[in-house]
Amino acid sequence: MTEATRDEVCVVAVAECFRGDGERLCNPIGTIPMIGGRLARETFEPYLVMTDGYAMFAANAMPVGVPDAPVVVEAWNPYPQMFGVLWNGKRHVMMGASQMDQFGNQNFACIGDWNKPKAQLLGFRGAPGNTINHTTSYFIPNHSAKLFVDHVDVVCGVGYDRARELGPVASRFHEIRRVVTNLATLDFATPDNRMRLRSVHPGVSIDEVIAATGFELVVDDRVSETRMPTDEELRLIRDVIDPNATRKAEVRA
Amino acid sequence: MIPDKRMTEEDVVAELRSGMTIGIGGWASRRKPMSLVRAILRSSLTDLTIVSYGGPDIGLLCAAGKVRKAIYGFVSLDTIALEPHFRIARQSGTVEAMELDEGMMLLGLQAAAWRVPFLPTRAGLGSDLLRVMPEIVTVRSPYPGPDGGDGEDLVAMPAIPLDAALIHMNRADQGGNGQFLGPDLYMDDLMAMAADKTYLSTERIVATDDLAAEGSFHTLRISRLMVTGVVEAPHGAHFTECMPDYGRDEAFQHEYAATATSPELWEAFKQTYLDVADEAEYQRVIGARA
Repeated sequence: MTEATRDEVCVVAVAECFRGDGERLCNPIGTIPMIGGRLARETFEPYLVMTDGYAMFAANAMPVGVPDAPVVVEAWNPYPQMFGVLWNGKRHVMMGASQMDQFGNQNFACIGDWNKPKAQLLGFRGAPGNTINHTTSYFIPNHSAKLFVDHVDVVCGVGYDRARELGPVASRFHEIRRVVTNLATLDFATPDNRMRLRSVHPGVSIDEVIAATGFELVVDDRVSETRMPTDEELRLIRDVIDPNATRKAEVRA
Repeated sequence: MIPDKRMTEEDVVAELRSGMTIGIGGWASRRKPMSLVRAILRSSLTDLTIVSYGGPDIGLLCAAGKVRKAIYGFVSLDTIALEPHFRIARQSGTVEAMELDEGMMLLGLQAAAWRVPFLPTRAGLGSDLLRVMPEIVTVRSPYPGPDGGDGEDLVAMPAIPLDAALIHMNRADQGGNGQFLGPDLYMDDLMAMAADKTYLSTERIVATDDLAAEGSFHTLRISRLMVTGVVEAPHGAHFTECMPDYGRDEAFQHEYAATATSPELWEAFKQTYLDVADEAEYQRVIGARA
């Protein structure tokens, strides 16, 4: 087995976000997130429920980026039903972001003033509802100081300071589990839920991560190195889940 | 007895008025009632408020200057993440926006369908959605909170009543019983119930007693109770997908998306595909292209 590359380290770091979720809808959006979710299910979280990317829950390890891959349908979950699952809370979504601040407030709606944006992006999409109703993680393939900023232009996904302002009742389902980037894994395990450097990917220095982050990242003595994939994980990633290596287009080795 | 509600795209447009709030079914670039959208593009209608899980319907109507306000959960072409004509409209400030969380929009349509002024939801709390759209406010629950204390504050998602809804079904009968054969109904049933009048286009009108042969009874989700008019429009969702009848015309969608890069390209596209006599001619032009 040739050594793991950065994209594969990211896949495993994503998979680790879902550890402990048990029987829950694992709903990662994006290529590496999808591969990571499927890897978690094929290894340490076998009871996760996942979609085929459309209206079905698919029980098999569908390869990503393979059109017409066979689907073992275990349930029908069209969009109206998806919102039911979402509001019911048995879901862990992984989204992307165009901007994020130190409390995990996320923006992918637009850049500039919402009333007349400099750049219209995706809009609020599902971020407000997702973040206030169930666990959310993020995957950022381009860790940079342009993305990790002091203040986001529009808060789509709710961060910890906003959740705290809402009070314990309104925010009782809010959890930002983790942020995985091409450089590092981040979490909010600090007294005031500021973003913390959890682990650096092999080959990345702590200073590199700090330099690529536009706000002051909490760096304490708990920073570790992101774990490498096992041989079995590499086999699953390369041969079963992502045989066309679509992951390479999202994170360069 | 099943009434006969058959009409043409032009008949539908004749029942619409400038300034109306019109809901459009489907989702992004999937099962959109495009033949009805094209008829609006050919008409003098203007100043419309469009409510949609948006795709090329919103993009085309914006590009043609038909839209005063867009109410949407997103506007996407699926394989092209952001609708380029809509992007231009937003960035130039020519279109007013009500940009909703996708689930909030479902609730707004559901509230209108049930004729209540709002539905409560946690979605939106803590985000900037309420800051940039101050017309959406919170409501305090009259019931004790989960901790036994004060009632929870929740977002009161206002009803989104529609003057008219446009939806596209795989099959229908002449009375407006609609059948979807693809993987998802999306919010088409809510659109139909939220609207004063709903116009349903369909790939094929079949006899009522043939609907059961087309798909299981679970697919018969639109009742004629909710439908004013039925338009037979084969290939009418083009260039969006209409599974399982046909997939998306990706080549055409790319050609369309590219027209956002220059007014000349848009004008040429408009002349070739939109400034045609009727839907039949559009389909002839598309057919000749392939």
